[in-house]
Amino acid sequence: MDPISGLALGFGHALSLANLGWALLGCFLGTAVGVLPGIGPALTIALLLPITFQVEATGAFILFCGVFYGAMYGGSTTSILLNTPGESGSIITALEGAKMARHGRAGPALATAAIGSFVAGTIGTLGISFLGPVVVELALKLGPAEYFALMVLCFVTVSAVLGGSPLRGLTSLFFGLLLGLIGIDLQTGQPRMTLGVPELLDGVNVVLVAVALFAVGETLHLAWRHAGGEPEVRPVGRLMMSRADWKRSIFPWLRGSLLGFPFGVMPAGGTEMPTMLSYYAEKKLAPPEAQQEFGTTGAIEGVAGPEAANNAAAAGVLVPMLTLGLPTSATAAIMLSAFQSYGINPGPLLFEQQGALVWTLIASLYVANVMLVVLNLPLVGLWARILKIPQPQLYAGILVFATIGTYGISNSVTDLVLLYVIGIIGMFMRRFDFPTAPVVIGMILGPMAEQAMRQALTISQGDWLTFVTRPGSLAILLLAVAALLGPRVYAAMRRAPG
Amino acid sequence: MSAPGSPGRVLQAAPAPRPAILPDLWVGLFVIALGGLALWQAATIPTSPIYAQVGPKAVPFAIAAGLLLLGAGLTYAALRGGWSHTLEEMAEAPPTNWRAITLMLAGLLANLVLIGPCGFSIAASAQFVLVAAAFGSRHLLRDLGLAVVLTLLVWFGFVEGLGVNIGAGYLENLVLMALGQEIN
Repeated sequence: MDPISGLALGFGHALSLANLGWALLGCFLGTAVGVLPGIGPALTIALLLPITFQVEATGAFILFCGVFYGAMYGGSTTSILLNTPGESGSIITALEGAKMARHGRAGPALATAAIGSFVAGTIGTLGISFLGPVVVELALKLGPAEYFALMVLCFVTVSAVLGGSPLRGLTSLFFGLLLGLIGIDLQTGQPRMTLGVPELLDGVNVVLVAVALFAVGETLHLAWRHAGGEPEVRPVGRLMMSRADWKRSIFPWLRGSLLGFPFGVMPAGGTEMPTMLSYYAEKKLAPPEAQQEFGTTGAIEGVAGPEAANNAAAAGVLVPMLTLGLPTSATAAIMLSAFQSYGINPGPLLFEQQGALVWTLIASLYVANVMLVVLNLPLVGLWARILKIPQPQLYAGILVFATIGTYGISNSVTDLVLLYVIGIIGMFMRRFDFPTAPVVIGMILGPMAEQAMRQALTISQGDWLTFVTRPGSLAILLLAVAALLGPRVYAAMRRAPG
Repeated sequence: MSAPGSPGRVLQAAPAPRPAILPDLWVGLFVIALGGLALWQAATIPTSPIYAQVGPKAVPFAIAAGLLLLGAGLTYAALRGGWSHTLEEMAEAPPTNWRAITLMLAGLLANLVLIGPCGFSIAASAQFVLVAAAFGSRHLLRDLGLAVVLTLLVWFGFVEGLGVNIGAGYLENLVLMALGQEIN
């Protein structure tokens, strides 16, 4: 289906009253939960997943799209008013945005973030609509060997290229891979890594792990270093952007969007890199008088650009997720597991078999985007009030939801034990600077990679050389090696004189 | 490999004697232990009677090996001076709040112990109060009231709204009785 007729079909479904309602509910819930400090889009969707028990697939995914975009809007509000970024992509927003808020310019900072998110969301969604079918065409030509190679590339980029240390990133990834192995082997029916615990035969739920790491681990880490006192919520003030604010924001929005989207699409997913690059670009490109505001009173360019880059990259992540079934961010991994809970497997065939669902989903991204920019600016006072929930009750409440989300699914105390044990591991991961996203990604991609590998080897009758004799697979694997070793070789060459 | 064996080299890498490497060392050893556990579990996977090009053991062995290697790498990094003392966040962090972390863990434990015999609302309320106390709340009774209302609302939302079957405990039954419903 070509993009135009696909979108026509999609909007036809997305604009029905019921689906508009789901989108609105998703945007509202997403923003409200996303505003809570320390909660990013991945945890927001994970906490709202139980909704899938009662809602059919299309409605649920429209809801999740709303939640996905809404949680990012909410996250920027928290970064600006409270200086507590909920996820790595809004760290940069907090940098300049919180400074603007401290100098009484919270309103324009929120406005430029919201409108920038809208611009980036629109460009990103256009990108999904037109790039998606192209990638699907390519993806249909890939065999299991190429798929396996692609997943290896994903593993390398999400764990070893981004973040502080490849060693710690890879350790997180392998922890996730190990968790993904637990349960019955799909091809032979053998139980694996279950430690003889019958409850583990069904495997460990990826949502449980996400909630454990992002909610339990995060809360435990906060308690560990809790020093008392409430963080200060800055007043919003006037929301209006002045004419100068507009002039200073437009190009950063566009540059940020165009920079962010490709980063999201590539398996090098992740929003840290594009937001950082956008920040440095805007700092360089800003006129001298604006450059002085960077790091002092807060420059509006430093909010507009990175926030747009963040949203465009997050939208871009949906391209590999929908077309290849490869999640490259924790949020995408949770959404993928939501698809799987409906028995739907994202990948190239999704566009053919579930065309109506995919295009409705894409159309509802446009809808959610418009709803958010219309709704959120007037409601910003309400979101700011959510920020004032006192910490003790807030974190106690988050844990209540984490508990019922886990216990409600299975009624099993074993799952609760698992939730808390992985939560404690998550606390130590925070303490020792191990990234948590690779755990979730490894857990969901690991079994898929193993299956692709074993399929490829069955086709080649056990010949391991199939991964390096097929040109596509070889090229992707070489790329993975380059991504893993490139930065190190470069650093070594610079260190070695001559 | 051990510090006394080659003190000169270790001292050279870490100019001042740092107590900070000990926590990092534990992390490395923990990952090695995890790898060992994975290796043991991989070895006990029964060999498949069904023919497959790559059996169910290959990938578990590879991941166990990976964990062992990464654990060794982390241990080596710890012995060379560790990494966590260089983290900005750690340098600024206030000292360990033993009271808060103990109360938090007590809250999780209370939930685990109570949820089976007493039901969700009682267990989660106990957890709520303890977690709120961990974060410095001093209004015990107010928290308790809030917790009971919140957990009951969440329970009814899940059971009635989403159709999830969560067994009713004492508190849920009381409310159901007050609403005049039959307890099943």
